[in-house]
Amino acid sequence: MNLKEVQDQIVEEFEVFEEWLDKYEYLIELGNSLEPIDMKFRTNDYLINGCQSKVWINAELEGDKIIFYADSDAIITKGIVALLIRVLSNRKPDEIMNADLFFIDKIGLTQNLSPTRSNGLLAMVKQMKMYGMAYHSKLNN
Amino acid sequence: MSLDINKIRADFPVLNQKIYGKDYVYLDNGATTQKPQQVIDAISNFYKHSNSNIHRGVHFLSEKATEAYEGVRKKVQEFIHAQHEHEIIFTKGTTDSINLLAFSFGEKYVQEGDEIIISAMEHHSNIVPWQMLCERKNASLKIIPFDKNGELELDKLDALLTKNTKLLAVTHISNSLGTINPIKEIIRKAHQANVPVLIDGAQSIQHGKIDVQDLDCDFFAFSGHKIYAETGIGVLYAKEKYLKEMPPYQGGGDMVDRVTFEKTTYLEAPFKFEAGTPNYVGVISMGAAIDYLHSIGIDEIIAYEAEILKYATEQLSAIEDVIIYGNAKKKSAVISFLIKDIHHYDTGMILDKMGIAVRTGTHCTQPVMDVLGITGTVRASFTFYNTKDDVDKLVEGVLRVKKMFA
Repeated sequence: MNLKEVQDQIVEEFEVFEEWLDKYEYLIELGNSLEPIDMKFRTNDYLINGCQSKVWINAELEGDKIIFYADSDAIITKGIVALLIRVLSNRKPDEIMNADLFFIDKIGLTQNLSPTRSNGLLAMVKQMKMYGMAYHSKLNN
Repeated sequence: MSLDINKIRADFPVLNQKIYGKDYVYLDNGATTQKPQQVIDAISNFYKHSNSNIHRGVHFLSEKATEAYEGVRKKVQEFIHAQHEHEIIFTKGTTDSINLLAFSFGEKYVQEGDEIIISAMEHHSNIVPWQMLCERKNASLKIIPFDKNGELELDKLDALLTKNTKLLAVTHISNSLGTINPIKEIIRKAHQANVPVLIDGAQSIQHGKIDVQDLDCDFFAFSGHKIYAETGIGVLYAKEKYLKEMPPYQGGGDMVDRVTFEKTTYLEAPFKFEAGTPNYVGVISMGAAIDYLHSIGIDEIIAYEAEILKYATEQLSAIEDVIIYGNAKKKSAVISFLIKDIHHYDTGMILDKMGIAVRTGTHCTQPVMDVLGITGTVRASFTFYNTKDDVDKLVEGVLRVKKMFA
């Protein structure tokens, strides 16, 4: 699936929920099913700043694609990062760098996007794009 | 309970709306209080009929605005029972008040090797300005610790008060634990050692009667927005003798006596400390807010909030796995808690979706969380417009959270 298709799929999944609480119930489910990150990455080096809950993100290059690993001490945050991984992981660096993440707005998470919002969604997106940028320049040097 | 809650709630437009389709339960009064229509009207009417810069013009509206502004100074003086009107300095808020003091007091009285005492339960705004002062002057910060119930360990205070101590700055009520500190005793001890005391009244101003003369504190800081007035307005009360000696904090218009390029002389307090056009509309709103509080009755508010706190503590304690942080004997209507194994952020997000506003995180008291060994709490802070029904909804919310994260 390309970037657009996977985001469309997520939007569709969230469309069935009429109640806010149900959306969050689903995020909790996603959070619970996200594979925990290796403990060695749960350190300050991988910590995203600016979140009320802790978020650790690691990225590794496999071939010409980036694989993301992430974790959080809060389940909802973990659910949000699980969605980001589903959209951005296993893609080429330049694709990640330039990704238009329209699903965030469509599923109603935009309220979490302002710079000081406590879950640091913006900081997570920024960090993942930074990884994209870093690996992009690495691959092209 | 002698308050007419339905009538009071009708005064607050914000409370009478739906959030996510649910009745709004606002339990974040420690962060800011909502505004009654009376305050909103005062602001709006001032702009409609009286707006003009104060202390400037000879024209009708300027004089009217100046009169209103100075009238509130008098009102605040009475509200906190200060001896003199000119001991009331208008600032941007508690943080600004403390920064003003840290600068002006620091310039006059603090030198290398001196010490400032604060407590381990201070809000960042009563830590950082003192740290900055200590860095500037090569002075050091001493900390009064607190125990597992969230009470200050006053037996350790005597040893902290030395000949080098220049000031003791302590919060009246902890914003994250709810502890009401025995400030009268602290002030007495400090004065015995000739140390002046600043009381951070950010949390206490909305919950009780403040009498700065009875307390005998030397400085008292609070914000308007925590007593139902606008944001961006606050007060620093300071005893006259200090106001005379301390240099101004900021320079500008409205605080000067005579300006030449060689030398400028300043006006007396309070004007010396109020450079530039002040937030005079904020001041007007504070006057209206104080009137509003009097119309309800401070004693009635105190009694009502005590009952809400008791009820909320009982109800929340009864839920299995709820841990309350801050169990001081004397507490204000603030409950910090966690549900075992559930992150405060997760709890807060779900409560939000149920229309319940609480605060989560460290509440600007990271050292408190470090002492407790946690990353944050969920904080429900109540005021006189909250009801037992609000508490019941919070309890229902907590049970729902428990179920969702089980």
